[in-house]
Amino acid sequence: MEINELKEIAKQIRIDIINEVTSAASGHPGGSLSSVEIATLLYFDIMNIPAPDDPDRDRFVLSKGHASPLLYACLCEKGLFPREELLTFRKLGSHLQGHPDMNKVPGVDMTTGSLGLGIGTAVGMALAGKYDGKKYRVFALLGDGEMQEGSVWEALMAAAHYKLSNLTVFVDNNNLQIDGRVSDVMSIYPIEDKLRAFGFETVVVEDGNDIGALRSAVTDLLSRECPGPRAVVARTTKGKGVSFMEDQAAWHGTAPSREQAEEAIKEIMEG
Amino acid sequence: MAEMKATRDAYGEALTELGRINDKVVVFDADLSGSTKTSVFKKEFPQRHFNAGIAENNMTNMAAGMAACGKIPFISTFAVFGTGRNYDALRSSVCYPKLNVKCVMSHAGLTVGEDGATHEMLEDVALMNALPNMTVIVPADATETRKAVLACADIPGPVYIRVGRAKTEIIYGDDYDFVPGKAHVIRHGSDIAIFAMGIMVAKALQAADILKQEGIDCSVVNVSTIKPLDREAILAEAEGKKGVITCEEHSVMGGLNSVVCQTLSSAGLGVRCVPVAVMDVFGESGTADELLEKHGLTADGIAVKARELYKPH
Repeated sequence: MEINELKEIAKQIRIDIINEVTSAASGHPGGSLSSVEIATLLYFDIMNIPAPDDPDRDRFVLSKGHASPLLYACLCEKGLFPREELLTFRKLGSHLQGHPDMNKVPGVDMTTGSLGLGIGTAVGMALAGKYDGKKYRVFALLGDGEMQEGSVWEALMAAAHYKLSNLTVFVDNNNLQIDGRVSDVMSIYPIEDKLRAFGFETVVVEDGNDIGALRSAVTDLLSRECPGPRAVVARTTKGKGVSFMEDQAAWHGTAPSREQAEEAIKEIMEG
Repeated sequence: MAEMKATRDAYGEALTELGRINDKVVVFDADLSGSTKTSVFKKEFPQRHFNAGIAENNMTNMAAGMAACGKIPFISTFAVFGTGRNYDALRSSVCYPKLNVKCVMSHAGLTVGEDGATHEMLEDVALMNALPNMTVIVPADATETRKAVLACADIPGPVYIRVGRAKTEIIYGDDYDFVPGKAHVIRHGSDIAIFAMGIMVAKALQAADILKQEGIDCSVVNVSTIKPLDREAILAEAEGKKGVITCEEHSVMGGLNSVVCQTLSSAGLGVRCVPVAVMDVFGESGTADELLEKHGLTADGIAVKARELYKPH
């Protein structure tokens, strides 16, 4: 897909994210917006998903499950459910739970929400694919704060041990978590050195919200002959695309008011 | 003397038997495959056995991922690590999405013995019972363990099976018909109903023999499926009795006693129900038999409770 087309999709996804959390009056806009380019690239350029239940499809695990508005927006843009349904996000009876439920939403490959768990399930999916000799690939998206969970490192260790070359882990490195800077709360740096030490073929994308740069790096990484798992550390901006949300921990789990949402959408459309 | 066999040994054999007839079955262990007996499966199917290392959370999550790709993963380690350490993974990655992960955990209860309190899991049934979508099975002996392991592959969704380290009495022959979700009334009696799970079933039968000689006639019911609980069988057997005893190698909190008391009280059965269980304390080092004796988890311990219930108040 052309970069300009991907940028247009990313815009629509940002608008959907704002609409979802505004309609719900809750949810996590900051970390959804920072990961938009990663998810857009995967869903609309890289992953092969003939049908959401195809056993040979590529799989995506949103280990940072609180970025559910992003995942739902991508699946909606994929045509798996109508756009109106996004406005039921977090409401009683909705398929679109606060955190993704694989049994409720077509296209959600794994139920996530408790940080540090999704990455291990992605390792299990990759292990199953390797064992069965399948061609599918597994992609997981971790938050940088999420890397404080010990279970993340258990999963990374296993991915390298089992030489899961069909697994690629993205880290959304926006350097913010609810209580503040990741580097202040509990530093997980240097992320890329740790990933390499854990056996991951790792690239760093200095602007992970530049979808062109991201695509070049990811395409290059995936084309490498690699005996084990791969990782992409994407430096991003939390709240990207909405200036009053950018790089603000306060927008981790706070929904905008109707007026703020209008302002945000206007800015996204003009951007 | 009855034949003795550890339920974990029966697990290793049954798992291997299942592996031969169901190629979706894969097995995870967390560095304890020699103890949990998944090593028996590994010997025959090395490609289908995955060691997670000492990382129970990740073992559980990997199994969930494999289940999402159509496998039937069995995960095993000691019950203390396989229900406690990984509780969040069991809750969020396995039970909530109702993935087909079978959790067979060994070294449950006091009969771990010498390793002491850190390894004597007495809360596992309580924890697993509290998880929606989880089926909870505590086999009474090696025969029932084999049948439960073979049967659980056909139960959609997560299953917990509790097995033990110590050699314990075999009470069932191969003709025993294990049905998940059904309690098995081993003997009918008119005075006291004894509901037991796991290794306490054999002791309940011994207690019933002792009491019979004293003129106290006891029912003995093997409640091997704790969830879904066979409420009908429990109510039918408890009705009209002078008292009910529950027997479990588990904490009195959240195990068999709790579910039986809930069942009796919600049905309005005004019958006393007393526990033979570990009374909300941790275990300690000692031999299995010494520990069972200390906590009254013996035929004599059950008989004492029965006599108290039987005598007029």
